[in-house]
Amino acid sequence: MDYILQPWPWYITGPLLALVMFILIYFGKTFGMSSNLRTLCAIGGAGKNTAFFDFDWKEQRWNLMVVVGAIIGGFIAHFMLSAPIDIDLNPETVSDLSLLGFENAGKTLLPAELYSWDAVFTLKGISILIVGGFLVGFGTRYAGGCTSGHAITGLSSLQLPSLIAVIGFFIGGLIMIHLLFPLIF
Amino acid sequence: MKYLKFLLVGIFFGIVLVKSEAVSWYRIFEMFKFQSFHMYGIIGSAVTTGIVLMLLTKKLHFKNIEGHLMTVPKKENGLTRYLLGGSIFGLGWALSGACPGPMYILVGTGAFTVLIVILAALLGTYVYGVLKDKLPH
Repeated sequence: MDYILQPWPWYITGPLLALVMFILIYFGKTFGMSSNLRTLCAIGGAGKNTAFFDFDWKEQRWNLMVVVGAIIGGFIAHFMLSAPIDIDLNPETVSDLSLLGFENAGKTLLPAELYSWDAVFTLKGISILIVGGFLVGFGTRYAGGCTSGHAITGLSSLQLPSLIAVIGFFIGGLIMIHLLFPLIF
Repeated sequence: MKYLKFLLVGIFFGIVLVKSEAVSWYRIFEMFKFQSFHMYGIIGSAVTTGIVLMLLTKKLHFKNIEGHLMTVPKKENGLTRYLLGGSIFGLGWALSGACPGPMYILVGTGAFTVLIVILAALLGTYVYGVLKDKLPH
């Protein structure tokens, strides 16, 4: 049981993620989480004015079930399968974050500086979450996939477009962390 | 109950991503700082396992649950949309620390402010849909 409660090493969780992809393909579907955002827009009625959302979202109900499961899985893992352990970050990461104003790095999954209600009720705090989320939603649909669709499924099936997309993920991520973070924080 | 199996896959996915710590904002920051092998190990071993599984699938003609050959949908060829769209996603991923799977999983861990990120991601997706025909692909 102790093994379960500890964080799981990368060489266990990586292959398990490939298994998730494989099971979904076995079920005749595909592993792509960002598609759900499009589906949710369609359910909200976005298809009335915009052709991109005018499709039979009921075909995508299976993927929404994956989303519901993921929420439940997050609950189970966090509240029932985890001992309270700090994330074993590189000490350099912790000190870099401290310089940017992030204290207690690794004590929780998300930094209180961004995700606590106190942070959300500041203009800067809420702007960061909104801009970050907007870019994720816009970018994944523009690129036609995210980490699950491109990085895992696309690369596993040796597709060049997915490699280009993953290179893009890193270009954006590196610009944000190395160039923009010192300006934002 | 044809949806039950997808619910179970989702639960498994959520558990694995929390236990891997890949849902943590800090792990994403550390990855883009190249200060830990952890995230590269997860993605690398997932892709390596995935490649082996997909090669076996092809070689041994695995069938899916409906009796058809197991296949992965082909991504359209292109450059601009993948590089530009990918970079835009990367900016948001590094800032919010949440990609489109973890954002739901994090809600399950009790991080309700992530709902703001989800709503903003829906807006971003909507705006893409509106602008789609005007963007270079």
